[in-house]
Amino acid sequence: MSAGKKLIFLRGMRDGVPIGLGYFAVAFTLGIYARNVGLSAVQATVSSLLTHASAGQYAGFSMIGRQAGMIEVIVMTVVINARYLLMSTALSQRLGEQTSFLHRLGLGFCITDEIFGISLAYPVPLNPVYTYGAMCVASPGWALGTLLGVLMGNVLPENVVSALSVGLYGMFIAIIMPPARKNRVLAGVIVLSMCLSFACDRLLPGVSEGLRTILLTVIIALGAAILFPVKEEAHA
Amino acid sequence: MRNPYVYILVIALTTYLLRVLPLTLIRRPISSPLIRSFLYYVPYVTLAVMVFPAILTATGSLAAGIAAMAVAVGLALAGRGLVTVAACACLAAFVVGLAA
Repeated sequence: MSAGKKLIFLRGMRDGVPIGLGYFAVAFTLGIYARNVGLSAVQATVSSLLTHASAGQYAGFSMIGRQAGMIEVIVMTVVINARYLLMSTALSQRLGEQTSFLHRLGLGFCITDEIFGISLAYPVPLNPVYTYGAMCVASPGWALGTLLGVLMGNVLPENVVSALSVGLYGMFIAIIMPPARKNRVLAGVIVLSMCLSFACDRLLPGVSEGLRTILLTVIIALGAAILFPVKEEAHA
Repeated sequence: MRNPYVYILVIALTTYLLRVLPLTLIRRPISSPLIRSFLYYVPYVTLAVMVFPAILTATGSLAAGIAAMAVAVGLALAGRGLVTVAACACLAAFVVGLAA
């Protein structure tokens, strides 16, 4: 690895630390849930290493627990994780055109909400090595959290686990706020998104979080794109 | 009982396909201004929707959630980095959680 790449990888690892810690806390609760539906520590950890999707794995584990049909498993997994289609499409526009197929396969494996978020904060064109660095720290946090969640249940003090769980949201806020300060439309879009999300949460409690995320994303982003088309330089 | 690993692999593969198909199929810049604008807004809307109101209920204490949100927004607007913002939000949630 060249010195420049190494530096980018290390920068990714550094930014991956808070993600890994947050993942550890969230995955710990996922592990507790996995044990409740009858999965072994190895099974739950393998799932975490292969999937890295909190809501998707929660739903998946519940379907394993009740031995759901495979069609249902696939449909539910697509609905809950459909936002990754949008994230992946958005990231495809941030890669250099010459980015190799192998790197695209590798990067696809790394798309989680949080890794996607910090990859957006990276200057265009995105260097996949940065994302790999972050994933190298985040993935063990996710896997280890799951493993220990199954094995140890409720050993960590509950207030520590719950305080750690806001870390991920803090990171999201750190990603979306700075560009919004310089762009009034973007600030308005973010505030509107939060208000509508809150309204959906209150008025339509039957709609799952995954479905709510994708519906609101498509509606609000499309509306904003029609009313306030982005001038080219804003993409940089 | 069906082997759990079959489920685990089906879930993993389905999720991976959603993540990898656009990245591998879309190899050029999209030229439509509408789609470009749409994709520009997508991440901000997605992350905003996922943060709020989930952050309020994440710890089980509304006061801790509000404190974490306020600290994170304040520090993010002040231009602090991801690590600082995340750590201070956790700290705020922990401290207020103890007091509440």
